[in-house]
Amino acid sequence: MKFGVVTFPGSNCDYDAYAAVKFILGEEVEFLWHKSSDLLGCDAIILPGGFSYGDYLRSGAIAKFSPIMEKVIDFGHNGGMVIGICNGFQILTECGLLPGALIRNEHLRFSCKYVNLRVENADTSFTRCCEKGERLQIPIAHGDGNYYHFDGEINRLEDNGQVVFRYVNAAGDVTDDANPNGSIANIAGIMNERGNVLGMMPHPERAVEEILGSVDGLKVFESIRATVGAKTQAGAN
Amino acid sequence: MSNNTKKAVVYVRLKDGVLDPQGVTIHKALTQMGYNDFLSVRSGRFFELGIAADAGDIDRQIDEVCSKLLTNPVIETFTVEKD
Repeated sequence: MKFGVVTFPGSNCDYDAYAAVKFILGEEVEFLWHKSSDLLGCDAIILPGGFSYGDYLRSGAIAKFSPIMEKVIDFGHNGGMVIGICNGFQILTECGLLPGALIRNEHLRFSCKYVNLRVENADTSFTRCCEKGERLQIPIAHGDGNYYHFDGEINRLEDNGQVVFRYVNAAGDVTDDANPNGSIANIAGIMNERGNVLGMMPHPERAVEEILGSVDGLKVFESIRATVGAKTQAGAN
Repeated sequence: MSNNTKKAVVYVRLKDGVLDPQGVTIHKALTQMGYNDFLSVRSGRFFELGIAADAGDIDRQIDEVCSKLLTNPVIETFTVEKD
């Protein structure tokens, strides 16, 4: 399969994502320049972390108007797999592929540390290689990671199983202390209703080798590969 | 700005109920400075738009750019003042 990693001006995790896919996962991967309008036949698109367009106006607000995003938005609306990591998550909420918004961390500080995530839904295209309730150690690095949506909409996300990851403590419990940014209901990652678009603030591409401190992030990329593989197989039969 | 342009100012505010960590922090600072009569602070931002004098349908255009770019309708509202 082939992954595509979008590079916006100000992206700074694009090479990390590229390396995780190419050298650790061992799959084909292409960089997709923000001014391009061609997804190059990629099966899954990664919107990487960073500070696209300097985070001017609001994080992710300018990136949504770049030529490549027009294609990514069409791709997502047509069921293509899109994962937004950190700034990529912010772009996905700004462009409407994902609900809600990411606002300034409650404590106003930039948080850069390993956190514990609990897999809330393992029956997704992005977590099928995980167990429900499994704890993943994956680092965060953000200033605007505070997930917000109206109460009624949060309930809808919960009922639909769209909350994929939650911040928990080492024991796996949802607590205020384990919440690094003030996100409602400790939400760390959500997907769209159709289940083909995921946004998460933690960086799975930074947790793919023992030398980095954790290999738990690899499961997200393995899940995407397994999903694309299953689709290809279904198409061939 | 030349004389043959008009101006509009767009004020962007967080919706009621949306946490404003910057406002809260500024309010704490005011309290620490001894200003106890300020009970709350909400932060926001504004944009000054220079507008071509012969622009047509400008109200609709302003409304569009506010919804599409200048605000995130999930968390923010806006008001417009025109010359």
